[in-house]
Amino acid sequence: MARRVFITGFGIISAIGNGVEENFKSLTEKRSGIGKVSLLETSLSNYPVGEIKADSETLAKMGGIELSTIDSRTFLIGLIAAKEAVQMSGCEEYLSSMGLVGSNTVGGMDLNDRYYRELISGNGTNKDKVISFDCADAGERIANHLGITRNITTISTACSSSANAIMNGTRMIKNGIADRMLVGGMDALSRFSINGFNSLEILSQTGCKPFDKNRDGITAGEGAAFLVLEAEDVVGSRKIYGEVSGYANRNEAFHATASSPDGEGAVQTMEKALASSYLQPSDIDYINAHGTGTLVNDISEGRALDKVFGDNVPLFSSTKGYTGHTFAAAGAIEAVFSLLAIDRGVVFPNIALNNKLEEMNANPTTELCQHPVRNVLSNSFGFGGSNTTLIFSKI
Amino acid sequence: MQAYINSTGIISPQQTYDGTFFAAPIVNTDSMILNAMEPVYKEIINPVLLRRMSHVIKMGLGASNLCLKAAEGIRPDAVVVGTGLACLYDLEKFLLSIDDYHEKMLSPIPFINSSHNTVSSQIAIMNKLTGYNITYCHRAISFESALMDSLMLIAENKADNVLAGGIDEFLHNYYTIFNLLSYWRKETISNLSLFEGSHPGSIPGEGAAFFLLGKEKNEKTLAKLTDVQTFVTKCDVSYLKNEIDNLLQRNGLERKDVDLFLLGRNGDNQHDGIYLDLEKILPETSCVAYFKHLCGEYMTASSFATWVAANILKTENIPDCLIKKAPAQSQIKRILIYNHYLEKEHGLILLEAK
Amino acid sequence: MSEEELIEQLKTQIIEALSLEDITPADIDPDAPLFVEGLGLDSIDAIELMLLLERNYNIHIDDPKKRREVLTSVRTMAQLIQSQGKE
Repeated sequence: MARRVFITGFGIISAIGNGVEENFKSLTEKRSGIGKVSLLETSLSNYPVGEIKADSETLAKMGGIELSTIDSRTFLIGLIAAKEAVQMSGCEEYLSSMGLVGSNTVGGMDLNDRYYRELISGNGTNKDKVISFDCADAGERIANHLGITRNITTISTACSSSANAIMNGTRMIKNGIADRMLVGGMDALSRFSINGFNSLEILSQTGCKPFDKNRDGITAGEGAAFLVLEAEDVVGSRKIYGEVSGYANRNEAFHATASSPDGEGAVQTMEKALASSYLQPSDIDYINAHGTGTLVNDISEGRALDKVFGDNVPLFSSTKGYTGHTFAAAGAIEAVFSLLAIDRGVVFPNIALNNKLEEMNANPTTELCQHPVRNVLSNSFGFGGSNTTLIFSKI
Repeated sequence: MQAYINSTGIISPQQTYDGTFFAAPIVNTDSMILNAMEPVYKEIINPVLLRRMSHVIKMGLGASNLCLKAAEGIRPDAVVVGTGLACLYDLEKFLLSIDDYHEKMLSPIPFINSSHNTVSSQIAIMNKLTGYNITYCHRAISFESALMDSLMLIAENKADNVLAGGIDEFLHNYYTIFNLLSYWRKETISNLSLFEGSHPGSIPGEGAAFFLLGKEKNEKTLAKLTDVQTFVTKCDVSYLKNEIDNLLQRNGLERKDVDLFLLGRNGDNQHDGIYLDLEKILPETSCVAYFKHLCGEYMTASSFATWVAANILKTENIPDCLIKKAPAQSQIKRILIYNHYLEKEHGLILLEAK
Repeated sequence: MSEEELIEQLKTQIIEALSLEDITPADIDPDAPLFVEGLGLDSIDAIELMLLLERNYNIHIDDPKKRREVLTSVRTMAQLIQSQGKE
């Protein structure tokens, strides 16, 4: 398809900072945002988390709105990231003709946690909360705030959700359905997710250590990121940060929660994404791995990298040691990191890695590298075998 | 963009799972809930897998299996699902267990099943479909989003055949929560009298409808899916008219070229106004029909409407149970479905005879 | 409670916990492997079975190797419960 799709702006909030610059600084200083839980009320407080240290009131201020009772934390962090993306792109005047693809896993779960029992009792006085309990709420209300009305939707494919949102927005532009799309994802920390991963016994006791021999699981994080995508023919003279040059979505059809140990699903997804970008494995300068820090994922993904790239695995790292696993937001957050790698010519180190993984040959990069980055490959794998790989390229 | 509807599989409150089109007597009940009439799942889903599935997952897998069976061997290259509330049953089960068990010793099964993409990924696992797989969850335009993606996949030559579906289940707590918004009818009525008088509230329903969308038509093709548009805004009929005209114009059509307008009116006088206003500006020559008295109100009810439309185009006949207005001797070659949810999310789906 | 009685009780609890709708206690061989062969259970069932031991018998096992040993068959589960005097 002829029409190319460029990224003209992005916004982010995560455990390592509010906004693009704070996140970049933390990444380059190897500063992790993982630590003790302080805002979320949970008895699982011995598990470290990647928390954004701001309550809803503060987040509302940062987003430039008055806090209302229906504002979930999910929506608030999404709004902050979306607004930064729009501002960076300078696309304000085109908002009314833009589309929006949002994504998340459990909607306004922080509100559900507090009000669900009351709502289902039938005599709820908090009936205004009804509207924020589903997946669509956050994205739809961001659209309302920004004046976006057409081609709005929400994707929910677990931990690959926002990677799929980026892919879908790109395809909407390539197919001529829209010229500009705001795409991304958001997920706030909730007792739901922490307890969920704890019930699966894959929550790390010590903080996630992607690709480390002694890794013991994921660290739950929270965050949001949005990208402004524009067709090449409408960008004009505004700054371009990169191109969405390749993508693939595949299902492993293997197991509801686990990835196949041989990494075959990941291999096929990466190879398909490479093919769609007309790039060779040797053209990739940096890989932002999914790297969750679970026993199964890192072996499976590590073996897949060996298979796809052979003896020449490019510089790669997982950035989940900084942010924790931000679930639906992870794909978009890591897209922002990938674009920063391209824009600033750096490769971010994999932190919390002390012992090499025996099951894979290649080693993640553990020091900050100044390095020209033309093409970045970013992996996102989710429950249900939902694998998505995105490729971003320098223009 | 276009795709042919080459097979369907549907589980709905009417007897539809057997592949017939309103052949059995129409369900007319005053139970104030339209529950799905379901096949024996053990006959179409592996019992070993069945044991961990909640009702919505069974419906989704059941309907998708019926659709694939009807397609006689065509394997889809992609699975695209739209579901408004997805696996809310498991989600709330896990949510409530957090307090019930004080964040200790929780069963992971409802957590796993609560993932909104459970149905699309279980379809992949059951049928070993390793291609494209995605789930859209955006209230009443979830199914429309799934159709839009399917049309793109076919236009991009990424898929020759796409399995696309809409699924939502009735849940007691969903009823309770939305009752707080006066969403349901208070007085007891039968579903077939949903449109009598002017009252607040509708009747809840549920269902799963799957479609095998193909790049090429074949001897079993029911209809052609031509276009989809969604918009999200509180709007009046003139805004709606513009959206309809836009969609028709880009397909080289005018309103008078649409033979049947299939409307998602749900009998709730708080939100039915825009349907009634629309009817006033539709051409004299066009038919108008409703469908929610047959399937009830749920977030992916437009997937039921799409199944109805595809069968009307195939049989060239509008069943009496749907008709609001049918001018004499009208031939049905083109159908536009319009549906909204609380007047915020709006979806348009255009279908044509093959 | 005798070992055989405990086995019967466990069978009923396993059927309920794992939603094994079409299986009756008589269908379960107490000495057959629970995983892969036998009932064909998987890793998620293993977590459910550990929960069953925790909730009903107040037995908690952290060591993965010990877990695998205990979950070999219904009989090994019963023997562990008896050895800890938790029946």
